[in-house]
Amino acid sequence: MRQILNALKRSDWVGQKYVNAVLRYVFMMLFAFLLFGIILLISGKDPIQSYKDIFSSTLGSAYGLSEVIVTMTPLLVTALAVALPSRIILINIGVEGQLYMGACFATWGALAFGHLPAWILLPMMILLGMAGGSLWAFIPGYLRAMGIVNETITTLLLNSVAPMIVSFFVFGFWHSPMDTNKTAIFSPSARLPTLFNTRIDLSLVFALVLLTLFWLVMKYTRWGLEMRAIGGNPQAARRNGIPVKLYLISIMCIGGAIAGLAGMAQVSGFYGVLLANFSRGIGFMGFLISWLAGGSPLGILLTSFVISIIIRGGNLLQLTIDLPYAVINVLLAFTLFVVLARPNFLTQRKEA
Amino acid sequence: MLTPPLSSKTPPMISMREISKSFPGVVANDHIDFDIFRSEIHVLLGENGAGKSTLMKILYGFYRADSGRILLDGKPAAIQSPNDARALQIGMVFQDFTLIPAFSVAENIALFLPDLDTVVDLEAVSLWIEEMSARYGLRVNPDAMVYELSIGEQQKVEILKLILSNSRLLILDEPTRVLAPHEVDALFQILYSMRQDGYAIILITHKIKEVLECADRITVLRNGCVAGSLLRSNASEDKLVEMMFGRKLSGLKTGKKVIREETALPVLELQNVHTHGEGAETNLEEIDLKVYPGEIVGIAGVSGNGQRELGDVVLGMIECVKGTKHLFGKDVTNSSIQKLRRSLVGFIPENPLTMAAAPFMTVLENMAVTKTWHYALQGGLTMDWKAIKADVENTMERLGFSFSLNIPARSLSGGNLQRMIIVRELTHDPRLIIASYLTRGLDVQSTLAARQALIQARDDGAGVLLISEDLEELFMLSDRLIVLYGGRIVGSFTPDETNYYEVGHLMTGSEVQYASNS
Ligand SMILES: Nc1ncnc2c1ncn2[C@@H]1O[C@H](COP(=O)(O)OP(=O)(O)OP(=O)(O)O)[C@@H](O)[C@H]1O
Ligand SMILES: [Mg+2]
Repeated sequence: MRQILNALKRSDWVGQKYVNAVLRYVFMMLFAFLLFGIILLISGKDPIQSYKDIFSSTLGSAYGLSEVIVTMTPLLVTALAVALPSRIILINIGVEGQLYMGACFATWGALAFGHLPAWILLPMMILLGMAGGSLWAFIPGYLRAMGIVNETITTLLLNSVAPMIVSFFVFGFWHSPMDTNKTAIFSPSARLPTLFNTRIDLSLVFALVLLTLFWLVMKYTRWGLEMRAIGGNPQAARRNGIPVKLYLISIMCIGGAIAGLAGMAQVSGFYGVLLANFSRGIGFMGFLISWLAGGSPLGILLTSFVISIIIRGGNLLQLTIDLPYAVINVLLAFTLFVVLARPNFLTQRKEA
Repeated sequence: MLTPPLSSKTPPMISMREISKSFPGVVANDHIDFDIFRSEIHVLLGENGAGKSTLMKILYGFYRADSGRILLDGKPAAIQSPNDARALQIGMVFQDFTLIPAFSVAENIALFLPDLDTVVDLEAVSLWIEEMSARYGLRVNPDAMVYELSIGEQQKVEILKLILSNSRLLILDEPTRVLAPHEVDALFQILYSMRQDGYAIILITHKIKEVLECADRITVLRNGCVAGSLLRSNASEDKLVEMMFGRKLSGLKTGKKVIREETALPVLELQNVHTHGEGAETNLEEIDLKVYPGEIVGIAGVSGNGQRELGDVVLGMIECVKGTKHLFGKDVTNSSIQKLRRSLVGFIPENPLTMAAAPFMTVLENMAVTKTWHYALQGGLTMDWKAIKADVENTMERLGFSFSLNIPARSLSGGNLQRMIIVRELTHDPRLIIASYLTRGLDVQSTLAARQALIQARDDGAGVLLISEDLEELFMLSDRLIVLYGGRIVGSFTPDETNYYEVGHLMTGSEVQYASNS
């Protein structure tokens, strides 16, 4: 406690920044939980008991924990797909669309080359997924770099197009004989291996590696330095000879590729088929998480974990106490709300 | 000019006592005592990083002192925030302005007024602005948009803002830094009439000439401490310089004015360059310009006549819509900025904070960004921070500049930021240096050092394009002088062929015909 107070007192701005960030998280979560408790009360449920249920069903058992991690994995990746471009002030709302395109490309690989062994097929599907996502991100990235139209609006628009393309292929060509809205189940060689006898699959490793890479790149490499320079002052970065346009396009594409990877992992790992509307907003959730976490890798890990607990716990409450799923969305919305309001009484006096 | 008698016998309006403030690694203010009297212009003087802005920000409630007291008419005053300060009739104009460009003058001022009604009566505000501006000669059009105003006019708006919000003490942090000489005179006239009306004014400036012209009382800070406080009548240039730096300064060694060989390949050659500006930018037209190695070409002009665009078009920040650009004889008309930078072009822009620095990155990181390819190790996986530091420290030593490298750039004092950019841009022996307003915000000593460094670079064979409004500087340093007016070159001389008067006229466009054929 003493140390925390001392740390608080230090006017070292870096230290202060981290302390503030942590305090902000804690505060935000408490506030959101409090609001949610009130909602539970209003809908006639016992908030204390509900919270107990949530925690025991998620953190209380190995199985519960593994399911939280299953939920968390795609969120880590989609959040990264937002966080990376955000470092050079690109607002990638298009992760949802890029994810669909990634899934679509990867599925083509799985269906067309299902007979190939996993060690060829999986890398191929990964590459296809990343290509699909980055293709979808290239369009907004290019338009933005040329100064034609802002990426916020294009990524948002492309989001509604991508699921239609997926539906077109699924309904038109790929659907299995039994269903109209999903493909046949992938051959085993097209499935990402699972870990520890749970539903956790290899994409968790991808996610953690990518997050670590992101951190290392930003902190140590030349490209990280250049990206921070662009994010810190784009105009100055241009005058200082940093190829800003090139960065805008390539970082957007890399962000898209990461989102595409998340899509590939969903169909190849989690589902094993391509469902016409499989995502249910994973991309948007990634956007939310990246913002909550201020784009920091550790923050993304923490926030995704907490959000996954909320989602899993919500699913459970839905089953046990018959709570409508919408209420869980209310909790998530509260969290977003509190974050966007950015309670700045903690940071306000940072000058003093 | 009527100087009212110094009211030293009357008690001070505000006394700061034993004010201390440290930032990580520096003591910015160390037990400072500072008195401000009514009807007085009090100049705060001191080298870059001495703690002037910090002290004033404490008085304005923007920073909180670690210790010390502020007394208002002898009674303790608690100033915790700029709001408190304003309530006590203290107003401040920061080094960087805080006006909203997309709003009109009247709107900007209305926003600042303490008792703003919910329904803003802009008419009334405008009337009030006109009344006050007539009284103090602060003529501005209340309906003009702020982005249309020149820097000098924006300054007037800032001052008007303070007057209309009832400030009786005005803190002006380097107001003359960005002003042309005639604007400085106008500003001083305003300050004199305000002094007559009982306002107290604190003025920070680095120009000794200005200090001696307008000050009633002068306080000199050195390394965060008060080096001394004296009345104008006891001050002289030498005395002030000695108080600021603890020693006398030697003059500028202008070195040999080499007669350039006409046959040499120009470092930079612009042929019939045209640009197409957007918004408030000026269009450059028919720019023909050569800069030879070992030559300083001065660009004279009132700001807003294409200076910024000229620097930017040479760098490649804006494109030539017509004409060509050659660097060492190679066509670089459409080359990227990156490529130019790699061909050793140094660029010191007119505003270091917005045009050259990433404010939240450390000074050292800012030093590396123009040369990332040079310092990359293992193909870019890491950066050679040791080498960067060594190179930077080397240049700092050569120039006699010192500032910390591990704090974010935005924590540097105004002058130190300018020093940072100068150090960065001169570190790798550039072959072409584009320097705009080189000495903006620098103290006397740093000004000297920066100019000396430019001369040194020239003597080592670099070509220099020196953009400035300061004729004295241009005449002192330039081997050739070019006048820019309305985006065109309206005159081209060697300094001994011409004089301040002629160039001044050309700069303001009053003798365009005369020179357009040169
Ligand atoms: N927010 C801050 N964080 C850390 N250090 C700071 C901060 N603000 C000022 N400093 C340091 O305090 C010292 C005094 O700065 P200050 O801005 O008061 O100088 P100044 O006298 O106004 O100089 P200049 O003439 O260059 O404007 C400098 O060393 C500066 O780096
Ligand atoms: Mg200052």
